[in-house]
Amino acid sequence: MKFERREAPYIRPANSVSLVMLQVLVALVPAVAAHVWFFGAGILYNIVVAVIFCAGAEALVMRARGRAPAEALADGSAIVAAVLLAFALPSLTPWWVTATGAVFAMVVAKHLYGGLGYNLFNPAMAGYVVILIAFPADMALWVAPRMGDLDYQHLNALQTLWFTLSGELPSAMSFDTVSRATPLDLMKTGLAGMQTAAEIRAEPLMGDFGGRGWEWIGNFIAIGGIGLMLRKVIRWHIPVGVGIGLLVPATIMYMIDAGSHASPGFHLFSGATLLCAFFIATDPVSAATSTTGRLIYGIGIGLLIYAIRRFGAYADGVAFAVLTMNMLVPLIDRYTRPPIVGHGPEQPG
Amino acid sequence: MTAPTYDLGTLHGGLRLDPHKTESTAARLQQMPVPAQLVLPLTQHVGEPAQPLVGAGDVVLKGQPIAAAGTALGAPVHAPTSGRVLAIEPWPVSRRHGDPAPAIVIESDGLDQAMPIIPGALSYQEYSPEALRAHILDGGIVGLGGAVFPTAQKLAQAVSGPLDMLILNGVECEPYISCDDMLMREHADRVVSGARILLHAIDVERCFIAVESDKPEALLAMAEALGRAADERLILKQVPTIYPSGGEDQLVQLVTNREVPTGGLPSDVGCVVQNVGTAAAVDDWVSRQEPLISRVTTITGPGIAQPMNVEVRIGTRVADLAAFAGGYTDQAAQLIIGGAMTGKSMSTDEVPIVKASNCILLLPAPPPQGPELPCIRCGDCASVCPVRLLPQQLHWYYAADDEAQLREHGLLDCIECGCCDLVCPSAIPLTASFRRAKGRIRELEDEKARAARARRRFENRQQRLATEREERNAELRRQKDNAKRAGPDAIAEIMQRKQRTTDDRKDDLDDDPNDNRDPKP
Ligand code: SF4
Ligand code: SF4
Repeated sequence: MKFERREAPYIRPANSVSLVMLQVLVALVPAVAAHVWFFGAGILYNIVVAVIFCAGAEALVMRARGRAPAEALADGSAIVAAVLLAFALPSLTPWWVTATGAVFAMVVAKHLYGGLGYNLFNPAMAGYVVILIAFPADMALWVAPRMGDLDYQHLNALQTLWFTLSGELPSAMSFDTVSRATPLDLMKTGLAGMQTAAEIRAEPLMGDFGGRGWEWIGNFIAIGGIGLMLRKVIRWHIPVGVGIGLLVPATIMYMIDAGSHASPGFHLFSGATLLCAFFIATDPVSAATSTTGRLIYGIGIGLLIYAIRRFGAYADGVAFAVLTMNMLVPLIDRYTRPPIVGHGPEQPG
Repeated sequence: MTAPTYDLGTLHGGLRLDPHKTESTAARLQQMPVPAQLVLPLTQHVGEPAQPLVGAGDVVLKGQPIAAAGTALGAPVHAPTSGRVLAIEPWPVSRRHGDPAPAIVIESDGLDQAMPIIPGALSYQEYSPEALRAHILDGGIVGLGGAVFPTAQKLAQAVSGPLDMLILNGVECEPYISCDDMLMREHADRVVSGARILLHAIDVERCFIAVESDKPEALLAMAEALGRAADERLILKQVPTIYPSGGEDQLVQLVTNREVPTGGLPSDVGCVVQNVGTAAAVDDWVSRQEPLISRVTTITGPGIAQPMNVEVRIGTRVADLAAFAGGYTDQAAQLIIGGAMTGKSMSTDEVPIVKASNCILLLPAPPPQGPELPCIRCGDCASVCPVRLLPQQLHWYYAADDEAQLREHGLLDCIECGCCDLVCPSAIPLTASFRRAKGRIRELEDEKARAARARRRFENRQQRLATEREERNAELRRQKDNAKRAGPDAIAEIMQRKQRTTDDRKDDLDDDPNDNRDPKP
């Protein structure tokens, strides 16, 4: 009898890139739901816009590169990038702002570098930074969280949709009445205005650790992230690294002078810290590859986040921190090569 | 030398694979009757082919040597039963994935008549270690774990180093294979006896018998056999069930916590590893004058009706063995000899069981697979690599065909275990690329060595020619001087002779291209 020859191993991998991406998306569901609960339907519209433009841009680039769009779209990485980008945006964001970031993320950050696997920078963060620079005013439009005792005007789902499409508020509302500074903004301007951290923390927008609502979303992000760790989709090194890098300086400064420094808990639960630790910095393509390398990479991101929040011009520093560390990845990889078994301890690492 | 350490080490990475062992261990060890025809390939070991000692038409007895060890790494071949030699001809062999290679074909006479036992043979203690090793070679014994390195030569190589222990490998970490498990369950005494003979052959006082934790029956049987032998040099060690703990270097690391240096052998850290099946074969030969003519083989997988372990004569065609095991099911689409991770894929079941054939695996056609995607640098491959390589980097340099970086990143340390393939979400055939790249580097090395040899020969030749020319000229000059004194006749004669030598030299130059080509690497 004749048989077909193949190459060993004859057992095939059970894992696939699209499975990884799917699990990441599923892990984000609780956090998105919480976001909708506290800040309205805006994030859903942002996700839809980002997905349409990321997928569309990727399809066009693939066509321009002479390859089938389905080849790239099937792995789902563009959708993950789109959702992460949308997650970083205020819930009131006009569609062209989101679209600009999405197209930049796909065309420049991803495909100009060669597509999946070759991109140096995290596409979502690259797209976000472009938005931040091109549309700074739009990035300040955060609505207040929907908590019973906070009496701010809220847009309903239809009004939010209208804003996403046109960039205009209903005639009865103004930006002053719907938008509020983010907790990190409050902290930054407050500290600059000689308020003590404790006074700032007493503001009605503040919760137990970070901003109200915000910290709840943070909890759900962490739940999703820990789920990914348990399923071994991500490993602990990067999230722990980010935590160490951010919390160690935050704790030291807080202990030295609690009056003019936010608490470590505030840093952990504010802004995009947790999203970064579990979902953004863990993007394998733009992260370091060895375990030691990943720890270093994570710590670097954490330190930079702290430094930017404390000394930089922006209230949050996640995107800049991630992009900076992206650039250092080749260097980190170079110096954290694990010693090959049998090469002895004296071999370079 | 490393100080002797006996603590268990750990393996980096590795995988817990679906074992698939119970299919073939449910039934007891079966005996397969001698088939009508047996095919004995001349190469069943790592070295050069064995030299046939018989010709077509010769009558042979069971256990009679029919081919002698070819070169230093060769091993003899024995007739697995009595009968007549039909031919020595190319036959599909497993070593070449079903492509043909020279083999001795024997037709059984159905009598299975053995060579007469030599009376008064020595017991193993009466041999010197060296003589015992030579005797082991005569039994045709090679490593039965699949590597088929001739046992005697491996032992000889090991004793030249700082050897302090023998490790018996009873770790079958690859899915599906269970022949060693079954052998230990049913023939533990042979294994123990073989271990003691091997200890004598290398003159060391310590033997670890490593068995995986998922083989409780084998562990129990071995423990009982060790109790009967009451030899405190032999120690049973349970090792964790993780693939690839049965790899030679990995096992050394697990059992002794010593790292085999790159490019080195276990003997560099004082160990020599032998498969438990090899130990049993040594016992058969040294204690009972039965050379290596049969082995335990697992035949299993969804493609076979009755998965089982069979004691089968070397030379039995896989087709015959499959018929004995109830025939193929309609799932049989791939025939693999060896395990599901590192085995060889065959084109035909005409290939015979050889000394290396530990497992005949019949797998269904592989499920359709997604396209190969670019590496997403997830690092999963690196985290499972038992040698702590970075397969993602190796693959990158493989694609770039960068030999220097491939070496620098340890390509030659890759044991081709396949772990990296199994976890790669991008479905990159990493192991296959590494196998190819290693082959390419080895070829380049051979070529370089060949070129160097050729150059050396060319230079030697030039040197020789120059000296000869020198000598001839000197001779001519001398004769000319003589002739000058002797007169014109002598000069004419000398001129003639000179013409002849020039022609000779031309012939020499004509051979040169031939001389540059080396017939044998
Ligand atoms: S095949 Fe080679 S590179 Fe891959 S895991 Fe095994 S040893 Fe490492
Ligand atoms: S497992 Fe595959 S995708 Fe992941 S780093 Fe290794 S080669 Fe790249």
